[in-house]
Amino acid sequence: MVQTLSLLNTVLNPVAEAGGGFEAPTIEEFYPEVVLFGGTPFELNRIMLIRLLVTGLLVLIFTLWSNRFRKSTVEGQFVPGRFQMFGEMALNFVRKSIAHEQLGEKDGDRFLPLLTTIFFIVLGMNITGIIPGLNIAGTSVIGLPLILALAAYVTFIYAGIRKHGLAFFKTALFPAGVPPAFYILVTPIEFLSTFILRPVTLALRLMMNMIAGHLLLVLCFSATQYFFFNSEGIFKTFGVGTFTFGFVFTLFEMLVAFLQAYVFTLLTTVYIQLSLADEH
Amino acid sequence: MTPAIFETMRTSAAANPLVPATADLIWSAVVFTILLVFFWFKVLPNFKKNIDARTEAIEGRLALAEKAQAEAAAKTANIEAEQAEARAEAAQIRESARAEGAAILAELKEQASIEAARMTETAKKQIEAERQSAIISLRAEVGSLAIDLASAVVQNNLKEDKSASAIVDGFLADLEENSK
Repeated sequence: MVQTLSLLNTVLNPVAEAGGGFEAPTIEEFYPEVVLFGGTPFELNRIMLIRLLVTGLLVLIFTLWSNRFRKSTVEGQFVPGRFQMFGEMALNFVRKSIAHEQLGEKDGDRFLPLLTTIFFIVLGMNITGIIPGLNIAGTSVIGLPLILALAAYVTFIYAGIRKHGLAFFKTALFPAGVPPAFYILVTPIEFLSTFILRPVTLALRLMMNMIAGHLLLVLCFSATQYFFFNSEGIFKTFGVGTFTFGFVFTLFEMLVAFLQAYVFTLLTTVYIQLSLADEH
Repeated sequence: MTPAIFETMRTSAAANPLVPATADLIWSAVVFTILLVFFWFKVLPNFKKNIDARTEAIEGRLALAEKAQAEAAAKTANIEAEQAEARAEAAQIRESARAEGAAILAELKEQASIEAARMTETAKKQIEAERQSAIISLRAEVGSLAIDLASAVVQNNLKEDKSASAIVDGFLADLEENSK
């Protein structure tokens, strides 16, 4: 992706030199300058600020919902209003469609805090990628996807050990029904796929989707900007095409934001479910 | 890895997006922890309590409605039973009234016939008495009449037979005239 972009940059640059210059987005997009606490481990850049903003907004809206739920419980007023209904829909999406579906009601509710947190963090952080003024996803830097994947990793191992004790590792690494000789081959593969690839793919799938989406949008809109204001004659009309592309991809990013949140949560749930299952 | 390495990575043109910066990790962890705690101990308990309370309320109300329905059904059955009972009672009353009426009628009839018989008896007795008195008075009258006739016959017998029979005829004619 990065190479393609730099290639595009060199292709366009000769044209650009005549006008104002076209700058294709690079990976530096994801390392904006530090704005606060520079030099300390707590330095804040734009993306970190976006994360804090999203956290604040999530806390705000879910506090409102939570208060509404409590009020409804206390007052015995069980016909939900439109606002409360929407909150229930959001929370029930994770609870019913993901957790209960995969884990059943009891285990689903047991792991619900983690699953709900993962879903709404990922969704909230992803969606900033297309919000004007923010324009970059909070999940497009490795830290957050990594922390979430780590939480998922710790949780599914915890779930396995809690249920099966150390036998969890035995069933995970030495699947039943395989001739013992094949364990030479199977065990390393199982180890790699279960204990290394699962968290890595969780984190990378999310981050790469967000990076790619952001670069694509930046490319489309900076090209539009370039074509409209810095190019001559026929090239100006190219801007219409790139703008349309950018618009369509913005809609697409909306879908991706939701889809990645869903996929991340669903996979975490499935990993927990596999750990809890009696037989692999 | 040391922060120094991150520093060089961030400033280099080929920054590695797979290597997390310290600040990135710290803030991610902070954000995750805040939201996990928030959801775990605030939002989800409230949400679950609300849903459970609602389920309970709905179930409670359904049970209540069922109870009310059963009560209503029982009440209806009661009313129907009462109605049937009342109807039976009414029929019984009607029946007994009819029987009583018939008895009264029979009694009246009997009384009437007894009365009629009594009246007939009285009438008969009266007639008999009157007949007796008539006979008695007739007998007395016939006596005096016979005496009258006899005396008249005795007075005229001595003169002629012809006049005697004329006297008898005249007497009988008188008698007839008197009885008219």
